[in-house]
Amino acid sequence: MGVRVNTFPLLTILTLIPLLGGGATLFASNQPKLAQRIAFAFSLLALAGAALLWAVFEPSQAGWQFPERHAWVPSLGIDYHLGIDGLGLLMVLLSALLVPFAMLASWKIGQNPKLYFALILFLEAGLFGTFTALNFFHWFLYWELGLIPAFFLIKIWGGPRRTRAANQFFIYTLAGSVTMLLAFLAIFAATGLFDFGQLAQAAQNGGLDNALFAKLGSSLFKSKETLAAVVFLGVFLGFAVKAPLMPFHTWLPSAYAEAPTGTAMLLSGAMSKMGVYGFLRVLLPLFPTQMRAMQTPLLCLAVGTIVFSAAAALAQRDLKRMVAYSSINHVGYCLLGIFAVVRITGDTAAWGTEKAAALNGVMLQMFNHGLTASALFYFVGLIEQRSGGLRGLDDFGGLRKAAPVFCGLMGITLFASLGLPGLNGFVSEFLIFKGSLPLVGWAAAVSTLGLLITAIFLLAILQRVFSGPLQNRWAGWKDLTTGERLTVAPMIALMFVLGICPQILIRVANPAALAMLKLF
Amino acid sequence: MNSSLGWMRPLIPEEIVLVSALLALVLDLAVLRRKSLAARAVGIGSAACLGCLAAMVWIARGQDDATAEMLALTPLTQFLKIVLLALTLVVVVISFGARFSRHLGEYFALLLIATAGLMLLISSDNLLIIFIALELLSLPLYVLTAFNKASLASAEAALKYFLFGSVASAFTLFGISLLYGLTGDLQLGTIGAKLGAQAVEPVFYAALVMTLAGFAFKVAAAPLHFWAPDVYQGAPAPIACFIASGSKVASFFVLARIIVAGFGPWHGSAAWDQFRAGWMPLLAVLAVLSMVVGNIAALVQTSVKRLLAYSAVAHGGYALLAFFGDSRQMLLSLFFYVITYSLTVLGAFAVVAVVENSGGCDRLADWAGLGRRAPLLSACMFVFMLSLAGIPPLSGFFGKFYLFTAAVAGAPPLGMLWLVIVAVGASAISLYYYLQVLKQIYAAEPPAGSQPFRPPYPALFSIALLAGLVIALGCAPGWLLGKLSVVLTSSAF
Amino acid sequence: MLAWTIYISFLGAAALALLPPESRRAARLTALLTALAGLAIALVGAAQYERQAPAGALVDLVNVPWIPDPDIGFHLAADGVSITLVLLTGIVAVAGVLFSWNIERRTREFFALYLALIGGVYGVFLSFDLFLLFVFYEIAIIPKYFLIAIWGSTRREYGAMKLALYSLVGSAMVLIGLIAAYVRSGAQTFDLLKLSQFPFPFAFQNWAFLLVFVGFAILAGLWPFHTWAPVGHVAAPTAASMLLAGVVMKLGAYGALRVAMTLFPDGLRAWQNEIALLAVIGIVYGATVALVQRDFKFVIGYSSVSHMGFVLLGLMTLTQIGLSGAVLQMFSHGIIAGLLFAVVGRMIYDRVHTRELSALQPMNLSVLAPFAAVTFVLAGAASMGLPGFSGFIAELQVLVGAWGSFPLLTILAGAGLLVGIAYMVRVWIKAFFAENDLKSGVIQIEPISIPERAGALLLLAATVLIGLWPGLLLNLITPTLHSPLFQRLVKGGPP
Repeated sequence: MGVRVNTFPLLTILTLIPLLGGGATLFASNQPKLAQRIAFAFSLLALAGAALLWAVFEPSQAGWQFPERHAWVPSLGIDYHLGIDGLGLLMVLLSALLVPFAMLASWKIGQNPKLYFALILFLEAGLFGTFTALNFFHWFLYWELGLIPAFFLIKIWGGPRRTRAANQFFIYTLAGSVTMLLAFLAIFAATGLFDFGQLAQAAQNGGLDNALFAKLGSSLFKSKETLAAVVFLGVFLGFAVKAPLMPFHTWLPSAYAEAPTGTAMLLSGAMSKMGVYGFLRVLLPLFPTQMRAMQTPLLCLAVGTIVFSAAAALAQRDLKRMVAYSSINHVGYCLLGIFAVVRITGDTAAWGTEKAAALNGVMLQMFNHGLTASALFYFVGLIEQRSGGLRGLDDFGGLRKAAPVFCGLMGITLFASLGLPGLNGFVSEFLIFKGSLPLVGWAAAVSTLGLLITAIFLLAILQRVFSGPLQNRWAGWKDLTTGERLTVAPMIALMFVLGICPQILIRVANPAALAMLKLF
Repeated sequence: MNSSLGWMRPLIPEEIVLVSALLALVLDLAVLRRKSLAARAVGIGSAACLGCLAAMVWIARGQDDATAEMLALTPLTQFLKIVLLALTLVVVVISFGARFSRHLGEYFALLLIATAGLMLLISSDNLLIIFIALELLSLPLYVLTAFNKASLASAEAALKYFLFGSVASAFTLFGISLLYGLTGDLQLGTIGAKLGAQAVEPVFYAALVMTLAGFAFKVAAAPLHFWAPDVYQGAPAPIACFIASGSKVASFFVLARIIVAGFGPWHGSAAWDQFRAGWMPLLAVLAVLSMVVGNIAALVQTSVKRLLAYSAVAHGGYALLAFFGDSRQMLLSLFFYVITYSLTVLGAFAVVAVVENSGGCDRLADWAGLGRRAPLLSACMFVFMLSLAGIPPLSGFFGKFYLFTAAVAGAPPLGMLWLVIVAVGASAISLYYYLQVLKQIYAAEPPAGSQPFRPPYPALFSIALLAGLVIALGCAPGWLLGKLSVVLTSSAF
Repeated sequence: MLAWTIYISFLGAAALALLPPESRRAARLTALLTALAGLAIALVGAAQYERQAPAGALVDLVNVPWIPDPDIGFHLAADGVSITLVLLTGIVAVAGVLFSWNIERRTREFFALYLALIGGVYGVFLSFDLFLLFVFYEIAIIPKYFLIAIWGSTRREYGAMKLALYSLVGSAMVLIGLIAAYVRSGAQTFDLLKLSQFPFPFAFQNWAFLLVFVGFAILAGLWPFHTWAPVGHVAAPTAASMLLAGVVMKLGAYGALRVAMTLFPDGLRAWQNEIALLAVIGIVYGATVALVQRDFKFVIGYSSVSHMGFVLLGLMTLTQIGLSGAVLQMFSHGIIAGLLFAVVGRMIYDRVHTRELSALQPMNLSVLAPFAAVTFVLAGAASMGLPGFSGFIAELQVLVGAWGSFPLLTILAGAGLLVGIAYMVRVWIKAFFAENDLKSGVIQIEPISIPERAGALLLLAATVLIGLWPGLLLNLITPTLHSPLFQRLVKGGPP
């Protein structure tokens, strides 16, 4: 299908589908089951839309595809500006894939399912909106739109310590958002722009820093660099909390652990990618100089994230928390790749391959980790269900005997997360290291520790939960039902497919990576 | 008529009133002695009303000329006489329901005599006639204050009134004699001219202060206001009405006349940075004292009548602000204010009278929930209280506004702003106690077992009419302003 | 056409006074119809105004001589700023009636006073003669007093009296300034347009501006004259506090803009920095004090002081964008404050009879009253200034406008925004979400009624609509800021 639908507002419609779906779920019916079905139907519709988008997307074409631009509040530089490139497409597709998956995982939720499914759809709308918006105003709107349903999802359906987890999640993320908002207000005051593309252009050759200093600086800040650094930090914080980057991660383990299964899948699978997306789409084009200047501390943070989160995962006794920390660890690789790329800014062709490799790896890792993390949470959720609430590492043993298919599929997922060649995790991690080792040797070298530790704890899970003697109380452990197998099958299949044939993704990601490199 | 009785012609309205007074007495003694109190009240009162109406009609025919030996009748005075008679009319109607005395013939007669005194007071610019009229006004009022023989407060009030009033009259007389000594004349215009030709002597200041003292007493300006709370509270309510309304109008008129015609050139100045001796600083001091003392004392009152009394003191203070404007605006704003004020306060006291007659008393606590028990009456009281507070679109607001504007606009421009600031501040504070009354009426719950009561129709009608006038004059003050303007321009003051 | 908003409100009040005392349904319907009529007229008027040319010009509605001496005319006129505020009044008025549907005691009198207050407010926004403006301004004071004194709650008599006296003292200051201006100009007229042409000498403007501005700003909640606001708002019944915080505080800001700033632009420049400082202190102080309140309604009351600080800061920027932000914030905060008070007062307090946060928390209101919880969350998000709601654009414009003249103050204001987020989150969590797992059914509360839902939806729709399409209002405001009256303000100097 090579039909280019240029001015057709496909992106707006795509974002509207889950929004309307959420509304329909809430108001259309009083019966919970029917409402769930309606919600699921909308999520499938959204998936279909994303697939259509994938099919019609032309990787070789440069620039934004399916652009939509309407003046909204001209006096404030606010436009309704949408567009998609390879990165956005990957993220949209990921979100669209994960939402039906999460819904199926939550199918038997007992309390107020109508509201639950509606909130998931609103969350999806927030995700779609964030990944397609190109003007700060509505980008931020969707960013916040994702926050509020997530808060309620944790607060109302979560585990025993959900209040604290939800509050912490909310406050941390909100604080980060607020600093981002203030920083962008400062940018607006200096440049009168809210559009990401225009800002990126202004930022080339230090134009943004000059504008900031000229308009805002003089009286309060002595040097241009300081002012620019302050504004940079504001934006940085917002994304650093979301990704998360240590030490801004403390909200995450509790939030993921207390969240209900479907929510945890979405949080780790899609929402954390919002943070990384922000680094790529916003921070890097607008503040290359600052990132380069702060490269070393940033790399230290990334490396620290990778290593310490892996170590923390190793030390956990709760399966869900292990997966949570492992999630931090995997996102850390993305950040490593990004920070490695900024080492050489400017258009030197010399490091082009490495930088491209790193960026490709980042994007692929975002997609792949989304799949594996959500699948892992799904399995842990199943364990929790079958055991009546237990999910400790030491509570189980020998489940392989009782549920071989379960073990097999979860094993595949664990290996994919580990980075076993042949599964999708390997390609992305390989590319990241291929790119960053030459660029930031020491950092990459230390990060391999993370790989090692990850391998240890993931294998530990396999061993403790599935091998060994089967405890009596789990004798009646049921294997995966047909429904569950069908639910998880697409994910497993994708893990294989993308492991063997990563070209599918790279073909879309590479042009985007190359375009990004041109920006700084 | 032959010329020897020619002096009676300009005074026909006063004569009509006096004749009505005598008629009232005769009617009471001869015809209505046996009847019930209510019937007597209505009967005699109607006769009094007819008398007032007749006088009003005569004045409205407008045939009197301005010249007579000791009289000075101008369109302004005639207009004011109509107003005074109307006020008296309302007081008479309120008195229909009076239960405080059996001596109704005497009551109405004295009231009419006092009215005649009022009318005479504004008819002359000869100091002696003015003094006589003052006494003609005051003596019946002293007696009327004491008319409620069952009440100790009434007697005490009358005694205080009499003592204070006599002393004040003595001061006035002394001042008049000093003026005569200084100028050798009793006619105000001539006095003014002669004083203007002379150099200022200390005796002059003494004369000024003495003369003004008497009138300051009459308008209840602080520090000569001490009689007012007791008299307003102790006197029977209709009499308090009368003192608060008609007496004020006439007194201010005379005060204005004396100051403008008599002391005109010796105004001195009370502007912020240019204090010079004269009647202006004197009046400024009186004004400030009245506004401050009146408002602050009113804040703590628990009796509606005393509250209204202190409010009257304060309003006297506001009215004094008119004297700082230029000549035209001074009189216009003064009379507008005094007339609308008298209508308002008459209405307020009338409501008090009605409530008292229906068995209530004037303690604030006893007015609780009146809004439910007597809706129309309370609505009228609402109008009166807010007009006194100076809330638009009622006449009290425009009156104050016009006064303040006149005071600020007088020469030197913005010189009296300090006084206006005091006045505005005092006026703002006054809202507190007016709202206290209204709060009792509307927000408080009526005491258990209280019944709605129906005020007598004539009284209710007059009160409603007054309330309507207050609203109308507030929304469209142009009518009264225009009328006053016309009569002022055609009157030499 | 727009003048009919005033007449209809007073006619409605009069009609209500004539109804028999026990007729609650008729009273409610009359009030609702009157308020809706006012809103409809406002909308039609706004549409008409937008279509006429030249854009942003002043449109005379009624201009007849009233009192010949001094020259006072009954002069009503409208420009974009007035119309924005008239629209606000219309919306909040309708919502207020809907939220007062449950008043059982002396219903007819309540709505009569309510409509009289609305009429006075419309009058202020549409008057272009200073005397007339002042008359309407004062007319609004008395219904406020009675609404609070009779139907209020905590310490209502004290709150009502404090509010009335503060308002009156403020208007007394304004009166002095007006009379002084009238006399000084020698113009023998009170018409705003004519007086604004007169070049008052600087020495005069120096004190006259301060007097008139502070007089109006008292009602707008300028720190430190704001103390009537929390007490008054808490004491007032729901609809009254919606009106008070939503509309009446805007009377003060509007008066400051329309009278003080227009007549005395040089005096304005003399005091610009000091007033901006006070405004920002109000922003931070209001937010900080709101953070520690134990009574739900007090939180909202202090948040009103904080938001009005933004309005006053915007006014002081004297830039087009700052002024635009100030007017937009007046509209936005009016709606949001109305919404917040409606939830706190009507939806929560009327049902559970407590406003103490510590008492509300165990009740787990998010389960018992989900509609209220959702509404409050959205209202709180709007109050924080999140994009998508009207407050964002308004506060953005104010901050951008203020940066040029007061960079340090702008940063402080931004800090105030942060505190604003904090107290709102605190209230969200404390008021609606319980720590423990309480099953609903422990406490039964009546469901949210249809009029309440309608009112909430109306207000929410308004703030979201303007949040997403601020152009709807900016199309009214921006051309007006280009008109001669405002250009003189922005540029300063003689006319």
